[in-house]
Amino acid sequence: MIIQQAGMAGTLESSDITISIEPNGTKGIEIELKSTVENQFGNQIRKVILETLQGMGIEHAYVRANDKGALDCAIKARVMTAVSRVVEGDCRPWEAE
Amino acid sequence: MQKLRRTMLYVPGNNPGMIRDAHIYGADSIMIDLEDSVSLYEKDAARLLVYQALKTFDFGGTEVLVRVNPLNTPYGRDDFEAIVRAKPTAIRLPKTETADDVIEADELITEIEQKIGMEHGTIKLFAAVESGKGALNAAQIAVASKRLIGIAIGAEDFVTDLKTTRSPEGIELLTARSLILFAARAAGIAAVDTVYSDVNNEEGFASEVELIKQLGFDGKSIINPRQIEIVNRIYTPTEAEIQKSKRIIEASLEAEAKGSGVISLDGKMIDRPIVERACRILDLAEAAKINVE
Repeated sequence: MIIQQAGMAGTLESSDITISIEPNGTKGIEIELKSTVENQFGNQIRKVILETLQGMGIEHAYVRANDKGALDCAIKARVMTAVSRVVEGDCRPWEAE
Repeated sequence: MQKLRRTMLYVPGNNPGMIRDAHIYGADSIMIDLEDSVSLYEKDAARLLVYQALKTFDFGGTEVLVRVNPLNTPYGRDDFEAIVRAKPTAIRLPKTETADDVIEADELITEIEQKIGMEHGTIKLFAAVESGKGALNAAQIAVASKRLIGIAIGAEDFVTDLKTTRSPEGIELLTARSLILFAARAAGIAAVDTVYSDVNNEEGFASEVELIKQLGFDGKSIINPRQIEIVNRIYTPTEAEIQKSKRIIEASLEAEAKGSGVISLDGKMIDRPIVERACRILDLAEAAKINVE
């Protein structure tokens, strides 16, 4: 799937994360992360974002993530929602899993 | 012991923190909501969040239901597709008006269960009646599917449909509550009362819980963990009720051991319904963590 426009998902509530996703040409996946728990969990958050995108067949995207202490399942859900909002055609991630 | 549903706690479906913490307060059931507490612009986000959360979190012994959007909205079908896969105990159907609404949901769940190789009947249904038409059809709704484990009344939509408002005494809900309760009892499923929206009015809430307990409801939908303790207190049997129930059960077992069909206690005959009531009292006592041994 190709990211053709910008979109976002999530909130700034505690335990949530906002994910903004934009086209990134052919430069792969780049992640810009702000997190209240960056020192402890920054690498894990990046890993979940990256793996979720790869699992959805996204090869190129610029991601801005603003984390307020989200657990992995919430990060995954927000990434899936952001992607489903910007890709063309039906996107039903639960069918792909 | 029959599953107790004294409290069914609403949890907004687009709030990760609330979903994660919902089971820690001690409600018998939690009901994660994709319908009224989620804005039209966030339906997709909530659906995916609940799907991921249910696949991840261990809610312990707490029963988990998910309230989906009605099938006649653009969101309903996708809600079913995602939530059946996430495997809650039950899907709660809002605004159920006819037996056909339940049958349609049952068939869709069957279709999805088959598609993903899930055993038929894994996902249960819980119907919420929220209109005059639904209340009149409650008896048919309650027997429309073997998946159905309970029926609830949703009062806010109901009083709007009736062109009235909610009163402290709840007179406007009496007929609907009774119809739903009779339907549930005839079908052998649970009956759960509506929410009480004014969280700060503990006296009013307690009074409504007393009423619905006396009517015969299994429990109440609640919107705040603070309401759990009040419901549990009202549904917890007194020490005298527990002691009497224990003696009734003992007399019943004694009569059974003797092969006698007649049970007597303190010179009075004990009927089968009295034994059933005693069993329920001991179930409620156990749920309140009272030692009944």
